Amino acid sequence: MFFKKNQTTFLILVIIVAIIAAVFDYQPLWQKISSFRPWTLGLDLAGGSYLIYDIDLSQTAPSDRSLVVNGLRDVIEKRVNFFGVSEPRVYTETAGEHSRLIVELAGIKDISEAIKQIGATPLLDFREVEEEGTSTPKFILTNLTGRYIKSARLAFDSVTRAPQVELEFNDEGAKIFEELTLKNVGKPLAIFLDNQLIEMPVVKEKISGGKAQITGKFSLEAARQLVERFNAGALPAPINLINQQTIDATLGENALSKAIIAGLFGTLAIIIFMLSAYRRLGLFASLALLIYISLVLGIFKVVPVTMSLAGIAGFILSIGMAVDANILIFARTNEERKKGLSWQAAIEEGFRRAWPSIRDSNISTLITTAILYNLTSGFVRGFALTLFIGVIVSMFSAIVVTYGFLKTFMLKSKI
Amino acid sequence: MNLKVIEKRKIFLSLAAFLVGLSIFSIVFFGLKPGIDLTGGTNWQLSFSEKIGEEKLISHLYAIRSRYDFSVSSLNDGSFLIHLPPLSENEHQALREELSKRINGLQEKSFSSIGSTIGSEIRKRAVWAILLVLLGISLYVAWAFRKVSRPVKSFKYGVITLVTLFHDVVIPTGVLAFLGHLKGVEIDTNFIVALLTIMGFSVHDTIVVFDRIRENLLVYGGKNFSLKEVIDKSVNQTFMRSVSTSLSLFLVLLAIMFFGPSSLFYFALIILVGTFFGTYSSIFVASPLLYLWQKKSS
Repeated sequence: MFFKKNQTTFLILVIIVAIIAAVFDYQPLWQKISSFRPWTLGLDLAGGSYLIYDIDLSQTAPSDRSLVVNGLRDVIEKRVNFFGVSEPRVYTETAGEHSRLIVELAGIKDISEAIKQIGATPLLDFREVEEEGTSTPKFILTNLTGRYIKSARLAFDSVTRAPQVELEFNDEGAKIFEELTLKNVGKPLAIFLDNQLIEMPVVKEKISGGKAQITGKFSLEAARQLVERFNAGALPAPINLINQQTIDATLGENALSKAIIAGLFGTLAIIIFMLSAYRRLGLFASLALLIYISLVLGIFKVVPVTMSLAGIAGFILSIGMAVDANILIFARTNEERKKGLSWQAAIEEGFRRAWPSIRDSNISTLITTAILYNLTSGFVRGFALTLFIGVIVSMFSAIVVTYGFLKTFMLKSKI
Repeated sequence: MNLKVIEKRKIFLSLAAFLVGLSIFSIVFFGLKPGIDLTGGTNWQLSFSEKIGEEKLISHLYAIRSRYDFSVSSLNDGSFLIHLPPLSENEHQALREELSKRINGLQEKSFSSIGSTIGSEIRKRAVWAILLVLLGISLYVAWAFRKVSRPVKSFKYGVITLVTLFHDVVIPTGVLAFLGHLKGVEIDTNFIVALLTIMGFSVHDTIVVFDRIRENLLVYGGKNFSLKEVIDKSVNQTFMRSVSTSLSLFLVLLAIMFFGPSSLFYFALIILVGTFFGTYSSIFVASPLLYLWQKKSS
């Protein structure tokens, strides 16, 4: 192996990387380096809202579903971008038969207004009308919905000066509209907005070119708003807010500083413990631990891993676990020493014998965290991710850093 | 250090059996209180500039909602946690408006409302996660002990590892059931994550001890040492390591509990309890069980 041959060089390299990582991790130290990529804080720490919407696809043909879901995401993304929230996240998830739309708004001030804006649905669709004598007409859903709208424009009726909304369909929509109008010549065609009947004009002839008008009885303001929303995109399917989590920014800030303090005290306690239990060996383990912390945080920041409270908890836990590999090596080395081996032989043997235990003992945690990562969502997911990364890096730090320290320093000092 | 684990096995095993029994009793008797993310519901954290007691807040809430479908608890930082059925955003705003009319200086710290459909989904996923972790760990244990070893058959190590796993998971669950009764602590996704994390730790501790027994059996077995002596020797050799490892984990968990944010307190506590009994079981339960089984079959 490379690092066995060039032990010292490799160790120095790792230390240099760790120092750079430390400067990079700790924001106030050297802005030029650390601001290269800022920390990504979860909503529970930065404050903000986490919204889950259920997408109602009951009116959508199965073959169209993924198209509709993606279209919906794009539309919501456009709306959310108006809120002036830094880096809003909008994504979809499938849970069994349900499709979900998730919106994350970090640091939003007026969440109530935001929810209103997101849910505001100019949900437009055209329906065929089947008149049965004098009774109320029956409306039949058609394929033509707001998702085929290319653009909308505010116009005024040439006679009454009443505001109206002019719609232009895209090619696909134009084709459907043409077929629909052809089929219904001489019959009325109903226009529904948000499931409310707006108007029911009678089709005089087949309409090609994909242009339609909604006259309705809009106020100027309502018509203008409708046009804006259509241009941002009508919702291709109805959505329903089923989960909301909103965290106040000060609460998150408070939790973050407490979590950092807990991490500091935890690390300090481990260092004291390692020094008192293993003396000189403990010193190396402590140095290895500091290098470990700096490297892992660097990885979190570069990837970037969103730091939620659960994620920080996972990381702090991994600090406690990272020492385990060192303890295994030291315990074995001490044992071999007692058998009368030289330091050199004891370290080699101790490491060789400890390695299978280190590897095996971490695998179970890796299995657990991998499953957790795949089966959870939201804040908890961060816990699995940080613990997973932490365990892998801790194995690296045990093999390379602790072992390297031991070989380089213990052998040279020839105790 | 010279622990006579096998000689005193009756004490250790009885203690373990007693604690497991007590935990099962606690789970059955007190029941587990599911959190809102598993059943659907609302958790709303509020603070007021006006000094107000818990009872006063309850009476205001009752006046607004005119039914007791909520519960209120006060938190350390002077804020309140209100537990309600799932609320829509409109209901949330209406309630907030009503409350701020009655009590001065309302400030929302956090609001989370989870619909019941998503609750059942999370529940389903949690069950899946538990099953998959159990399966993954069993497969891993089978793999870890795949090498045929004499005189103890490989599968025995595996089965006992899973038995101690049960011990390590039941006890923290029992503690949580008791805390649920005492302090209203709920079982939420966090708790399930804590349990699964304990599973990972517990198995790794037991594997280290068993690995050593296997190694020593190859070295000393069949010579002048009895199985009892080999097991005792192995346990003593790994004892310091087990204790040191758990201790370092305790230190960070205690730091989270006492310096960390209050929302992580029970999460850390449950992992702490699990780690403690996980270490106990790998030293004092797993090895005696292995001894008993082996003695019976030979």
